[in-house]
Amino acid sequence: MTYSDATIWFIIGALGVGTFLIRFSFLGLIGDRPMPQWVLRHLRYTAVAVIPGLVAPLVLWPGATGGVPEPSRLLAAGAALAVGALTRNTIAAILAGIVTLYLVGWAL
Amino acid sequence: MSSSTAKEAFWQGFRSGLPFLIVLIPFAMLFGIAATEAGLPLAQTMAMTVLVIAGAAQFAALALMEENAPILIVLLSALAVNLRMAMYSAGLVVHFGALPVWQRAILAYLIVDQAYAASAQRFEQEPGLRIGVKLAFYMGTITPVFLPWYLATWLGAVVGQRIPPEFALDFALPITFIALIAPMLRTPAHVAAAGVSVVLALGLAWLPWNTGLLVAALAAMMAGARVELWQGRARP
Repeated sequence: MTYSDATIWFIIGALGVGTFLIRFSFLGLIGDRPMPQWVLRHLRYTAVAVIPGLVAPLVLWPGATGGVPEPSRLLAAGAALAVGALTRNTIAAILAGIVTLYLVGWAL
Repeated sequence: MSSSTAKEAFWQGFRSGLPFLIVLIPFAMLFGIAATEAGLPLAQTMAMTVLVIAGAAQFAALALMEENAPILIVLLSALAVNLRMAMYSAGLVVHFGALPVWQRAILAYLIVDQAYAASAQRFEQEPGLRIGVKLAFYMGTITPVFLPWYLATWLGAVVGQRIPPEFALDFALPITFIALIAPMLRTPAHVAAAGVSVVLALGLAWLPWNTGLLVAALAAMMAGARVELWQGRARP
């Protein structure tokens, strides 16, 4: 990370204000008016639309290896995905990913 | 039970918020560890966790900051992750719209997934609750969520400084993201959105200033909405 200290504080402050405004939107500003169906339909997918795209390059091209794909990280990602999808349990998925990462890293 | 007092409602809410600690404490600690690994000092890690209180967005911002993405991209991507809270805000206005604005502001700051889910369920079961009782219940559900969130982040940040690089903690962040998203892949629409997001983000990684991610996210939201419409028509 090469941002200046002031830049990082700005990012933190702007994220705080922006997140608050999203949370306050209807409660504070917009009030009790119904949102159009198509807006709600898109909002439902924001998390699954942003996070997978954010994480895919980190898995395929990890910064710690200089951007070269690395087996223990690929397998750990696969394990977290499989366990998370099957058990619907976030903590189980994190544990599966970390255990796989260490086991494969140690075996190689 | 519509005669229940505010005090009783607070403790009912508190009890329904308690189970979330099992997920929340390790998750907040991971954020503290990941932020420290990324080079944020304790004050900045804590400021982010206190101001934002939204794990996925905090992790998203951190991931992009590690890549030195442009500020606007960091903000847009992390805030996009939080857009779902506009839905929660819309859901709560039905119950709390009559409160004075300063109380609604405090309530807004305290909107998190778990408290919303628990409260929405409870208010639906008992439609006749007075507003004071609802407020007490909501504050009850949020109490075991936000204080432990701060504390566990702090603990992760302090502990994280002492973990050597062999532990590959850089990868705690991607694993946490995958673990957050995988349980959400429960409908074809969610799977489609995630799939489009991954394919386009990788395919457009050559675009400057991480703008590929924004394009991928927009296309993925549209894909999810579109598949939902098809599904709705398939079985009305």
